[in-house]
This record gives sequence, C-alpha cells and structure tokens, in this order.
Amino acid sequence: MPFSLLKYGLNKDYPFEKHADLPAPTELKSSYDVVIIGGGGHGVATAYYLAKYHGITNVAVLEKGYLGGGNTARNTAVIRSNYLTSEGVKFYTESVKLFEGLSNEFDFNIMYSKRGQLTLAHTDAAVRGFRQRAEINKHFGGKTELIDPQQIRELVPTLNMNPGHLPVLAGLWHMDGATARHDAVAWGYAKGATQRGVELHQLTEVTDVIVENGRVTGIKTNRGTVNCGCAIQAVAGHSSLLAAKAGFKMPILSYPLQAMVTQPVKPFLDPLVSSPSLHCYVQQTGRGELVFGGGSDPYPLYNTRSTMDLKESLLAHAIELFPFMANMRLMRQWAGLTDMTSDYSPIMGLSPVENYYLDAGWGTWGFKSTPICGKTMAELVANGGKVPELIKPFAMDRFKTFQQVNEMGATAASH
Amino acid sequence: MKILNCPLNGPRNISEFVHGGEVRDMPDPNLCSDSEWADYVFYYENSITVIKEWWLHAPSGYWFIAERHTATDEILKTYDPSEIYKDRVEFSQPPKESVA
Repeated sequence: MPFSLLKYGLNKDYPFEKHADLPAPTELKSSYDVVIIGGGGHGVATAYYLAKYHGITNVAVLEKGYLGGGNTARNTAVIRSNYLTSEGVKFYTESVKLFEGLSNEFDFNIMYSKRGQLTLAHTDAAVRGFRQRAEINKHFGGKTELIDPQQIRELVPTLNMNPGHLPVLAGLWHMDGATARHDAVAWGYAKGATQRGVELHQLTEVTDVIVENGRVTGIKTNRGTVNCGCAIQAVAGHSSLLAAKAGFKMPILSYPLQAMVTQPVKPFLDPLVSSPSLHCYVQQTGRGELVFGGGSDPYPLYNTRSTMDLKESLLAHAIELFPFMANMRLMRQWAGLTDMTSDYSPIMGLSPVENYYLDAGWGTWGFKSTPICGKTMAELVANGGKVPELIKPFAMDRFKTFQQVNEMGATAASH
Repeated sequence: MKILNCPLNGPRNISEFVHGGEVRDMPDPNLCSDSEWADYVFYYENSITVIKEWWLHAPSGYWFIAERHTATDEILKTYDPSEIYKDRVEFSQPPKESVA
C-alpha cells in the first residue's frame, strides 16, 4: 500500500465535501425550466447535454429510487449498432461513437471495452438477413461483416459449432461491439450534470403530472409540487403508467427481461456472442463472470421476479453453445422491466401534451443508446420542441400513420 | 413451474399456454377510422390492475379467458369465452373490389 494513502485514513476530515461525486441533497425549488422524470442513464444524460451544449442548467432530475437503480443497473451492458433499418443504424452508430469518448469526457472510467460482437446464423434465412445487415451497417459507418465458420472458430475457439440441431453456418461480426460498466455511465453523466448546476433529486417520486390547456405546467411529487417550463419522461418500464398520469396511452407493453451471471473464471471469451435462433447471448465480464441474457418473458408483467422456467430454457441453449459451462454455478439473477414497442424501436420526441417530451419504448435496447438519446433529447428541448432529424423516425405518431421502424430481426436474442 | 387452470384441460404448466393479449372490443374494420384502428392494434392501457386476457392452450388449440393481476402475476380465474361473448359479433361487409 502506498504510504500517501495513510494520510487520508488518518485525516478525520476525509472524505472532503469537494471529493464527493454528487452534491449533497437540497430542497426542491418551486420552479425549473426543465424537469426530467427518471434518474437513470437516459435522464441524467439528457440533463448533462442540456447543461453542456445548450447552457440550460435550471434543470431537475427526479428519481423515485436512487441514481441508475432501475433498468440502467439491470441491463447486460451491450453496446452495438448492427441494426437492420437505415434509421436504426444511423442512430445507434452515433451512440457507439459517443461511448468511445465518454471516459475521457467525464474524466471517469466507464470501463468501456471494445470486444466485438458475434451473432450466429444457424439457418439460410439468417445468413441472408446478416448479409443485408452487414451492408446497411457498413454504408452508415459501422464496422460489420459476414464471416464464415473458420473465422468464427478463430475468434471463439471454445464455441460448439454444431449446437443441437442447428449447425453454425455463418456469423455477423460487428467490430464496434463493446461493453461498459452501466452504473458508471449513469454516475459519469450525473457527476458532469450536477457540476454544471443541474439538480438531481433522488427518493423523489412523481405522483401526478399537471396538465392545463394541453400543456404541462407542473409536476406533483412526494416532496411537493414544482412548476416547470417543460418536462421529459424517461422512466423505461413504467412509461405507460407515467403517460397515464399525463393523460394519454402509449403503444407499449411492459415485460420482464431476466438475466443471470456465473461465478468468475479465467478469461476465455473475448467477443460478445449471441444466437437469435437459440434465444440467448453470452459475454464474459472484466471480472471473469459470464453474463447470460435472452428474450423477454412470454407475457406482460410489472414484476422483476426471476423464474426457474426461463433459467432452464435459456441456460439449456447457452450450454449448447458452450457445453463445458454445464457445471458452472450461477451467482446472481435479476430482471428488468422492458417497455416493448411492437416494432422494437424506441419512442422519442413529442407527445399529445405540448411541452411534454417522450423518451420511452426502450425495451431491450436502452443502455446502448444512452449517449445519443441524451444528446438528441437535449437538442429537442433546447430548440423548444423542434425534433432533430436523427430521431424523427421514432415519433410516437408512427403507429397512427403505420410507418413503423421494424428492428425485430436485429435483436440479439429475438423475442 | 407456474400452473394455469385451463377451463377445458384442468391445471397445466403455464409453458403449455400462449398469451393472446387483453380482451377488448374490436372496432368494425370497415367503418372505423385509421386512427381508431391503430389505437386498437398498437395502443394499450398497460396499467397495474387485474386484466382480462386471452390465453391459448396450444396442445389442444383451445382459447379461453383468464383474469390476472399484472403486478403480482396472480391468476384469479379462468373461464370459457362463452361467459362473456353470448352472441356472435358481426362486422359490416367490406366494399366490393372490382376485379381488374
């Protein structure tokens, strides 16, 4: 241990106030220019970019639990942009680029680790789909290519190339695929936002949204009512419940999504591996644990319980891919609440209430979009409701005009 | 294993069943507006409550209705659709298309 650390241990004043990452909690003010509901990655990223690029700092982020304690802490931290539609690829590619620079920007390590993501094709139809995705991805600046079984063996020597009745025919190799510490992303944004004057209010639950003449004028919370110039909802799995308070319905159903992690072992798996046909994905964390994720539960539910049924079906498939994992022990299991849209794309932008903006419908693709979502939502607010080009296709209205952005085929473990 | 009580086959593992979505009235597709149709197809209450929903027992191809709480996942009752739908639901005829 370096001796210089001792002086902190012996100093009765440490930790100093100035060393704290977040300022001490304050009372709510009576009014804010912008109120962001939801203190997860998306909410604090929006606050951060509002302060950084638009000089809007009279902002409150209201969080009913603690910072990044919802889906931000429950996702499996996959960063990728190998989507199917041009709208999706353009959007997620921007996000991947922003992620690369975040540690430097925050001066705070988000443990960003670019490993590449490998998606396996077990059918001819999947190979055709992958070819299309590779071309679209390359066209919009991503690094993705179709690779053959020999190349897959070189990338992941431990992979069973003939799992069950579904031999691996080809792979979609996405070199931009990465992972990062999801909590650190929220902490980094929150630190940067609060340093610039944004207020983060944890343990502050929104109980009602006050709408007068089609405009939101205030937000009722368990700590009192605040007036606001405009409001953004970024509450993931609970989007429909909050929208109901603002007086409208959303094209969303909330499903639990379960994941689990094993005991740590020596590093053997560099890329993130997923198989849509086997409904599962596997990755090894920096600590050596293996994270398993799959599709959402088979029916909607507002509950983050875990089930034996899902564990059995998901792990049976994971063990097909890596048979030697069969005797490993699970350390933890958890679930997040995913707000699924029918086209597997997000809902961003305007709502039926004039100055109430939506950041919802993030289903199973929310973490990877955190930076670009924050940046574009901030732009939307700063321009008084003028929707940035990049997120126009994700307007909620697309369901009324039948112009969905279909990304169902591009999920890592199709649902 | 979670058990669902099928009105036709008795208590079975829930993995034998397929969730069919909330029970709600379908607007007449030939008379309603696009917006009403979109509302029916894509928009949901998605609230925390007891909902009535369609379930299919896949091995026997039997559709029925279950009442389930969307937060506790408790299935309160299951019954045959004839308990709600006493009469046949009729829709208007689509306008005749000319054959080119």
